[in-house]
Amino acid sequence: MLCQNCGKKEATVHLTQVVNDEKVELHLCRECAEKKRFHTPFEGVPFPLAEFLASMLDQSLIEKPSKVSDKKCSTCGMRFSDFSKIGRLGCGNCYVTFRSQLNDLLRKIHGSSQHRGGVPFTPGDVMKPLREERKLQEELKKAIQEENFEKAAQLRDQIKALSNKK
Amino acid sequence: MFEDMAKRPAIWLSGEDSTSQIVLSSRIRLARNISNCPFPSEADTDSREKVLSFIKSAIDKSPTLSQGRFVKCTQLDDLDRSFLLERHLISLEFRQCRDSSALFIGEGEQVSIMINEEDHLRIQSLQSGLNIRAAYQIAAKIDEELAKSLEFAFDSNFGYLTSCPTNVGTGMRASVLIHLPGLALTKEIENVISQISKLGLAVRGFYGEGSDVLGALFQVSNQTTLGRSEEDITESLERVTQQIIEYEENARNRLFKDAKDQIEDKIFRAYGILKFARTLTSEEVLNLLSAIRLGIGEGIVKMVTLSQINEILAFSQPSHLQKYFNKRMEPGERDRIRAKLIRSKLAEGK
Ligand SMILES: [Zn+2]
Ligand SMILES: [Zn+2]
Repeated sequence: MLCQNCGKKEATVHLTQVVNDEKVELHLCRECAEKKRFHTPFEGVPFPLAEFLASMLDQSLIEKPSKVSDKKCSTCGMRFSDFSKIGRLGCGNCYVTFRSQLNDLLRKIHGSSQHRGGVPFTPGDVMKPLREERKLQEELKKAIQEENFEKAAQLRDQIKALSNKK
Repeated sequence: MFEDMAKRPAIWLSGEDSTSQIVLSSRIRLARNISNCPFPSEADTDSREKVLSFIKSAIDKSPTLSQGRFVKCTQLDDLDRSFLLERHLISLEFRQCRDSSALFIGEGEQVSIMINEEDHLRIQSLQSGLNIRAAYQIAAKIDEELAKSLEFAFDSNFGYLTSCPTNVGTGMRASVLIHLPGLALTKEIENVISQISKLGLAVRGFYGEGSDVLGALFQVSNQTTLGRSEEDITESLERVTQQIIEYEENARNRLFKDAKDQIEDKIFRAYGILKFARTLTSEEVLNLLSAIRLGIGEGIVKMVTLSQINEILAFSQPSHLQKYFNKRMEPGERDRIRAKLIRSKLAEGK
């Protein structure tokens, strides 16, 4: 099999990835795999997603440039069209600026666009309600696993009260 | 630099318990960025320097990071960088880093922090064997300590914000480095890989010349970072890894039942080559050691120990070899010196 990237050399690095039931295969020669930071099992990048990303973006967003007014991040100056070329965002505010486009994209990549993990402890502690809610969610999960339904009901009420406050 | 470190194998090669025969190491990497500062790729030197000094002072305040060594990228030459990469302390991306990037290496090398890599911060925690939870706990503790003096870029919908959207959310990549010669030899590995891929995990192997997986080493890691909690991710990786170990053990049992003579021959030939060869490339060593590691795991090889094997694996890497002898060498010379070092390591006996 020939390398998918250069089409010249024999592919010796083979990768299979399933993202949301969609199978993506990649067959690269050694040189191309190295160029894509992909030549050793010791490295942490699970898939050369810049390429993968670009191909997904091409289909879903770039095809309708007329609808997507090419917004520009006010903090770092990046445009969405820049992002779709390089696959990297410029700053945290880019996520706010391009929220709706990223929502779609993140669902494609991760199968979700809602964070369910840890919340930082920040100096001003504006994150406190979020952290509390997450802690209760974890406890709720445990209570359900332990079939402690009385406790689970209590926790569910607490979570409800907390989210009403927001 | 680092000649002292090069005298002993890295932490990911120091495991001697039974789980370390199949799973070499467990690793957690957390990506974090400082709020209101452009990500490193878009930042100018001033901004990168500012971020670096913020992070440096946060590290100074962290009790978990009180012991260690802080090096700026400008202090590192090519050989230093390749050495750190072989030691799993930096990423390939970091190897290219310019000014205003830096690295913190915690005592015992179980922790490293890359500053101004693709993200402002990459916190890495490394453990030998199958120890994902322990690795996660250390990374989480450092994350918490640093967050006391740094405000991380965070969004209540998207979680921790990262330069590449594939890391957003938890910002966490959990991985294990796993040795699967049984599955590779029985050709069942393709099947296992495609099964694992369906579970939101990614598997990568390194194929050298020909179709053999180099060293039969694979890395399994979580593919997605958004929409699942850190606990979910680490638990599922651990569960799946245990499953893979079971598949591997079954494959080995079948191999030794159906093709005992061939497998034993392969293992002892590998030992013979290592013991007597006059030139050895690092890739060849990786494959030979894989066979011997299998032999040790199955109780066939008794004249060499797992820690000897790990030592040889560590020191035969190109940059380790050069650091070990504190001398720059061309590939041809390296192959000779490598063979000589291995002969002497094997002559030391157990
Ligand atoms: Zn190629
Ligand atoms: Zn921006």
